[in-house]
Amino acid sequence: MVEVKKRLKGLGEEVLKNIDLGKNPDIDIPVRSLSNVIYDEKTKQLTLGDKVSKRFLFNVAHAKPFMQTMLVASLCKELQEQGIHTSLRDLFYALKRTLPNSDENTFDEQRESDPIVVDLEVTLDLLREQLHLNADVRGRVVGNVVIKDRGDVIDWSRLGSGGWAIPSNVEELIFKKANAKYILVMEKNAAFERLHEDKFWQKQNCILVTTQGQAARGPRRLIQRLSTEFKLPVYVFTDADSYGWYIYSVIKYGSISLAHISERLGCPTAKFIGLTISDIDEFKLHDFTIKAKEVDIKRAHEMLRYDWFKHPAWQKELKLMVERKVKAELEALSGRGLKFMTEVYLPTKIKKKEFLP
Amino acid sequence: MVGETIAKTAEELAKDQRQISVSEFFEKNRHLLGYDNATRALLTVIKELVDNSLDACEESRILPRIWIEVKANGTDRFRVMVKDNGPGMTDKQIPLALGKLLYGSKFFRLRQSRGTQGIGASGAILYSQLTTGKPTNIISSTGNGKSSYYEVMIDVKKNEPEVVSHQFINDGKVWHGMKVEMEIEGRFIESKQSVPEYIKQVAIANPYADIIFDGPNGKLEFSRSANEMPPLPKEIMPHPHGVELGILRRMLKSTKSRTIASFLTNDFSRVGSGTAKDICELAGIDPKISPQRLEIEDSEKLFKAMQKAKLVRPPTDCLSPLGEDLLIKGLKKEFNAEFYAAVTRPPEVYRGNPFQVEVAVAYGGELPQEGTAKIMRLTNRVPLLYQEGDCAITKSIAATDWRRYGLTQSGRSLPVGPAVVMVHLASVWVPYISESKQAIASYPVIIKEIKLALQEIGRRLYKHVAGKRRAEMQRKRREIFDRYLPEVANAVAKLTNKKPEPILNKLMNMIKKSTKAVVDGRGKEETKGSG
Repeated sequence: MVEVKKRLKGLGEEVLKNIDLGKNPDIDIPVRSLSNVIYDEKTKQLTLGDKVSKRFLFNVAHAKPFMQTMLVASLCKELQEQGIHTSLRDLFYALKRTLPNSDENTFDEQRESDPIVVDLEVTLDLLREQLHLNADVRGRVVGNVVIKDRGDVIDWSRLGSGGWAIPSNVEELIFKKANAKYILVMEKNAAFERLHEDKFWQKQNCILVTTQGQAARGPRRLIQRLSTEFKLPVYVFTDADSYGWYIYSVIKYGSISLAHISERLGCPTAKFIGLTISDIDEFKLHDFTIKAKEVDIKRAHEMLRYDWFKHPAWQKELKLMVERKVKAELEALSGRGLKFMTEVYLPTKIKKKEFLP
Repeated sequence: MVGETIAKTAEELAKDQRQISVSEFFEKNRHLLGYDNATRALLTVIKELVDNSLDACEESRILPRIWIEVKANGTDRFRVMVKDNGPGMTDKQIPLALGKLLYGSKFFRLRQSRGTQGIGASGAILYSQLTTGKPTNIISSTGNGKSSYYEVMIDVKKNEPEVVSHQFINDGKVWHGMKVEMEIEGRFIESKQSVPEYIKQVAIANPYADIIFDGPNGKLEFSRSANEMPPLPKEIMPHPHGVELGILRRMLKSTKSRTIASFLTNDFSRVGSGTAKDICELAGIDPKISPQRLEIEDSEKLFKAMQKAKLVRPPTDCLSPLGEDLLIKGLKKEFNAEFYAAVTRPPEVYRGNPFQVEVAVAYGGELPQEGTAKIMRLTNRVPLLYQEGDCAITKSIAATDWRRYGLTQSGRSLPVGPAVVMVHLASVWVPYISESKQAIASYPVIIKEIKLALQEIGRRLYKHVAGKRRAEMQRKRREIFDRYLPEVANAVAKLTNKKPEPILNKLMNMIKKSTKAVVDGRGKEETKGSG
């Protein structure tokens, strides 16, 4: 805790030193773009390179982000001093105001303040959670697991139809018991509801996690902790399209924008269970596919170039998608019958160990 | 047809035919001369009288001072008076100079002057007489203590002055100048094509003149802003390439030269005896023949030969441009702008007639931001107000790409922005598209010269506009920092547990010292590292 405060103060002192010297103050921010992201074949992780961009105060293009970075940093220092946490949304509202004698706001949208927070994380080499900032709460889980969170003992198998909502910070969580053979992670809420209602996790003895779209930090860290602490295999279940597959890659390797914390969030042992374009043939889903849009195809072309998608199996799926201009959502399985997913598709895949790396 | 009676025999018709005088012609075709409606007629009368006054002053090298009075006399009648401080006219000269059309000192010579056709002032007198039936009053003195007073009308059939009253005033007052006063039918307006607008433009185009205008709605004074006049242009003989067949025939009749050869060398410029011989040979005419005796067909042959002859270009010292200094002084007088520039092109020649183009612009300041730029067209320092769309000047302005020079413009139309564009064409013979002298014909070489001048002025204008934009950018940048710095100072103070004020002071000092150096950053945050 002291360390966090010291780093924030250090950032201010660095700026102040330049001001005292009459030099244009600057902040060194590690670059978070594809050009500075390295895929490590051995650890199967995306990590940040050493490219740094300088953000100057006296530069028309940098001045505003510089000011915004300072505003976020000073608010984070307040959070530390008062020992409280806040969400990204709250932080945005706490800092949003109109600058005197103008019609310009410090921040117009949360889309502006979110990346500044990440800038600060990489610059100070601190986690958002350490800065007392909570990410959005998204994602739910069910299974034969008992945990302790802020003193409360919670049994994930006795939470009714809703399951347990995963908080953004799972660092302090203690696992008391976990009885499962694997973790099944899915992108979609609807699929989660289906599997939960069909008591899939009881029948298969597994843990079900829904990320509800792109995986937030809480679920990613939770999956990583469960899989390492209990040595459980992780199977990821998404739509058969470029965006679904990318969600899988983020869970497994980390993301480009958060490459600096892949180590804490990545789950290199994760495997992809489906859907694939090949599944359309294998499980006769032809009647339930969707025509791929321009953006889907464009994204697939980009992913074909990513190092962590160079495996022939993935290249094949991406190329199939580009060639056929087709995609399939998890719901396509329901086309073959409402219980096709739980009774045929998933058991077949798991039994045959038909996974993509 | 057989059996029909012929109403009039050819002989009878011939009897009806008779020569009509110029004055009669004018009476019937007054629209050709700028008297087509009451509004324009009032303007034309004033224009003709003012042109004469300015020409007279300049010829005598007198800094002009012109009084103009227009007073309503009933709903559609006006009493118009124009008085100048020029050399005045001798007693005998007055009725002839003003009471006879196509009489004038300016007709057969070629020199840059305002009037050239000998219709101007007498046309005005004729118009007055046609619409009110009243004579025109003229008082003039040459500075000898005597003044001549005339009341003049024009005998339309004979094209001769008709003196209604004539007397000398021996009041001992020593003055020189001329005062012309008449009553006419007209209509007074105050808009784009109006008397006040015309006088304002005259004042701009002749910044060395004092002009006082006392109109129906009050008095306007335009004081001179320059005390030097452009040099008096030299007279030249016409260049053979520049004469029309009709003019050549008239010159043949009135010349004092005894032979065609001497006619060619004496009455034209750039023709030596060798060239004269060549022309006669080409035309198949005996060079020794008397010009008066030349047959009609031969005069046409001569005309064609003259066009074909290879000749040196006409001399250009017959032109007297205003010059860049006077152009700018003129604009400064009437427009409060932030930038002025003027360009005087070297003389050029169209069809044997020397001409010279000048362009001046005023930009910004109090000029209206909205709407098209104000266009001022001048020929021999006379403003043109009508037929704007048909004029070579307007066409050249529209054909210039003003977007490159910092103004807005949609397609090939007039530029939009806070600007005045003044174009002056000086020539011994301005090619108007009609006798009312309101639009310049679009000779390619004239268009080319105007466009070159506009482009040069455009480049200068752009330098100014670009500089202004840069300054504006600097100011905006300054504003950005003024807005952000207090925020940064506060945040840094919080982070470091210091007071914000000293930090802000230091930041403000930094920006004061080096706004320019510091503020020039562009675009992306710079990146380093191996990646």
